[in-house]
Amino acid sequence: MDQFLFFLVAFIAVASAVYFVFARNPLYAILSLIVTMFSIAGMYILLNAQFLAIIQIIVYAGAIMVLFLYILMMLNLNKQDESKKNNTLKFIGVFTAGLLLIGVLGVFRGVQQNQVVVENVDKGVGLTKNLGRLLFNEYVLPFELASILILAGIVGAVLIGKKDL
Amino acid sequence: MENLVYAIVLLPLLGFLINGLFGKNLPKIVVGSLATAMVFASFCIAVSIFMGFNSESQPVIVKAFEWFRVNGVQINFGFQIDQLSLMMIMIITGIGSLIHLYSIGYMSHDKGFYKFFTYLNLFIFSMLLLVMGSNYLILFIGWEGVGLCSYLLIGFWYTNEEYGKAARKAFIMNRIGDLALLIGIFMIAGQTNAVDYLTVAENAGKFELDGSVIIFITASLFIGATGKSAQVPLYTWLPDAMAGPTPVSALIHAATMVTAGIYLVVRSNFLFTLAPTVQGGILFIGFLTAALAGFYALRQNDIKKVLAYSTVSQLGFMFIALGLGAYTTAMFHVMTHAFFKALLFLGAGSVIHAMSNEQDMRFMGGLKKYIPITHATFLIGTLAISGFPLLSGMISKDEILVAAFAKNPIYWVFLFILAAITATYMFRLYYLTFHGEFRGTEEQKHHLHESPSNMTLPLIVLAILSVLGGLINLPHFIGHGHYAKLMEWLKPVLTEESFKQMEATLSGVPFGTEMILLGATVLMFFCVWFIVKNTYVNKKKQALPEAQYTGWEKLSAKKLYVDELYNALIVKTVEGLGRGGKMFDKGILDRFVDFVGEGAEDSGKAMKRIQNGNVETYILIMSLAVGIILIVNFILQ
Amino acid sequence: MGEVNTFIQSIPLNYFIILSSVLFCLGVLGVLLRKNAIVILGCVELMLNSTNLLLAAFSAYKGNGDGQLLVFFIMVVAAAEVAVGLAIIAMLYRNTRSVDVSIFNKLRG
Repeated sequence: MDQFLFFLVAFIAVASAVYFVFARNPLYAILSLIVTMFSIAGMYILLNAQFLAIIQIIVYAGAIMVLFLYILMMLNLNKQDESKKNNTLKFIGVFTAGLLLIGVLGVFRGVQQNQVVVENVDKGVGLTKNLGRLLFNEYVLPFELASILILAGIVGAVLIGKKDL
Repeated sequence: MENLVYAIVLLPLLGFLINGLFGKNLPKIVVGSLATAMVFASFCIAVSIFMGFNSESQPVIVKAFEWFRVNGVQINFGFQIDQLSLMMIMIITGIGSLIHLYSIGYMSHDKGFYKFFTYLNLFIFSMLLLVMGSNYLILFIGWEGVGLCSYLLIGFWYTNEEYGKAARKAFIMNRIGDLALLIGIFMIAGQTNAVDYLTVAENAGKFELDGSVIIFITASLFIGATGKSAQVPLYTWLPDAMAGPTPVSALIHAATMVTAGIYLVVRSNFLFTLAPTVQGGILFIGFLTAALAGFYALRQNDIKKVLAYSTVSQLGFMFIALGLGAYTTAMFHVMTHAFFKALLFLGAGSVIHAMSNEQDMRFMGGLKKYIPITHATFLIGTLAISGFPLLSGMISKDEILVAAFAKNPIYWVFLFILAAITATYMFRLYYLTFHGEFRGTEEQKHHLHESPSNMTLPLIVLAILSVLGGLINLPHFIGHGHYAKLMEWLKPVLTEESFKQMEATLSGVPFGTEMILLGATVLMFFCVWFIVKNTYVNKKKQALPEAQYTGWEKLSAKKLYVDELYNALIVKTVEGLGRGGKMFDKGILDRFVDFVGEGAEDSGKAMKRIQNGNVETYILIMSLAVGIILIVNFILQ
Repeated sequence: MGEVNTFIQSIPLNYFIILSSVLFCLGVLGVLLRKNAIVILGCVELMLNSTNLLLAAFSAYKGNGDGQLLVFFIMVVAAAEVAVGLAIIAMLYRNTRSVDVSIFNKLRG
């Protein structure tokens, strides 16, 4: 049962990612990216990472993707076609990505499987309560700094977007 | 005494500095008088030192400072005052001051008046260094200095390119001789571990007689003397040097600089006595030079060129004397030659001045009634050089003749013929210039006038010296107590051997024979005078333009084409080398350097293409790099 | 919820590794192939998500919560980055009327 769920969600994720990469119309591409986000949220739920799943949906699929769509609509590009890309570059690009895939996989082959002791794992690690305890006890400083980071992002975005400084 | 010695040398230097730095702003009379006064003051000091010297006096060494020490050879900067150097100093400063006085008048219209006197003073200073130095290196400094001044003064009117070429020719030919001289000095330093005259004289005994070492040294020194004293083959610069103003020709090329070679040989007599082979060589070169130059002078049309070749010929005579081992005779002839040649040159300058700068004898003639003082003094000079009895020239030349006869009667015959040639061309010069009809233009005739007194006064003084100058070294048959004064006086300068050799030569001729020889010479003189006078005055033979001569006359006028020969052989070769060098530099070196530069530029251009501003390519290269690093890592695991 | 899930016993970790790598490489492919600036930015998001997924998987399999907190922070940073990036793209569009990456070559050497 678990395996079936895993493969289903994985398939949806990869399929929508593929469509996103190869779609001509940018609007369709962004929409399929939203589907990818949702499927990854599904993955999180399967891993019992509940907090992350919710955050993924709210922040990624809800805010970031909407921002993408907003900009796309504002620029009024969804009717345009992209110009043709140089064939040589395309070929080299595919080659590079393939190379990368092999490299990454090769690296991960060295990971020892039996170091993962599955039996005594704390299964409640993804629960909000546990994560919250961890966040506010050990990682308070990064938390505060993250908020400053967001502030900087806001200021930056506004400044860049102004017509006259 | 030391201060006096320094003063002799430094006064002309002071004159040089003052005139050089400030002369432009000073009035002409100040510049001229200052320069003349400096040289004359040196002359007076030299005379005062001379009063205190006699034939027994030892050389006085005045050491200024220790110069440097190399490999055990200690070289000092100092001056040596002995009879020989005193004699040269007096000649240089005495005739020098007369020529300075003359130049005030001659150059009075010239724009570069102050420059002229600056160079003249510098020349006197260098020449004094040359004769007063206590070792070979200081001699060389003076040697170079007079070479430089000669260049400056020959090319004085630098706007004319021909004059510049003549100056360069002089300098380069001198340089060739200088190289040989330098090699000789190095050899001396290497062999005797010293360069000052006294030490080398002491150590000269250890050279083997006529050994290859001493032959090499003396030959090198003689080649150096050849360059400076215009002997074969390095003589062609002297006639071209007539491009300079006439006082320059008088001072440098008649009286002083060209005698530096003879001074060198006399100074090194302790070396030359040990190398009879080289002495033979000197004799041969002297004969060759005297003969060739005399031959050329027979058909030259420029008044100064005749005198120039005459100088070369007389220098040949002096070297003949040296080759015979008669050192004091050579010095005697140096002195008398200085008197009458300077007189002749200054007189020629006066003639040129009167003729509004015309130098060609074909346009002169009959000048004796227009410029009487110049005429009279010029006549005295001509008589002196040709050998009129009891004038200075005859006595010194006769001594050379006697010495030649003592060695080998054939030499006497050659020399006799050469003396006849000398008389011939000098009288030709005299008659063409001063007698007959005036052949110049009307305008020149208008301007004919006697020279001012500052020009005629030196002429008169030199004329007197030319007449009386021979009396200091009369041959021994004239009378006791008065003879051979010069020879006795200069005795300390020569080594025992040199002196013995010389005395043997000069008294090797029995009295009767000597009288016959003397009689023959005097007879020859009068014959030549009569014949030449007949040809040019009575038969009114004219001097032709150079191109119209034929046969031997053409060879004489064209100077046996030696100049053209040198040009083709040497000048063209060196120029060819220069062109080759230029092509090498431009074609190969330049190309190589450019190639390196272009290589750097091209590689930059190639690298520039990476920066095409295209974001896609940047991203591509980044990811490609990451991928490759991962793969390499993976393979290496 | 505290239920014990057997998920981690039945799915080997390798599957997550492979999935994450594939998604990541798809993101790289997208960056290299596409010319629309907005889509490129989206591909960057895809890459980030794939890493997030892997991190969360490791964290769940190890029973350590640090990984998931790191994912949280990555999301924060990604959000800020997207905001600024899209602002830049908007400015680019305003100046050149296009979001085609190939025309932004003013840094040409």
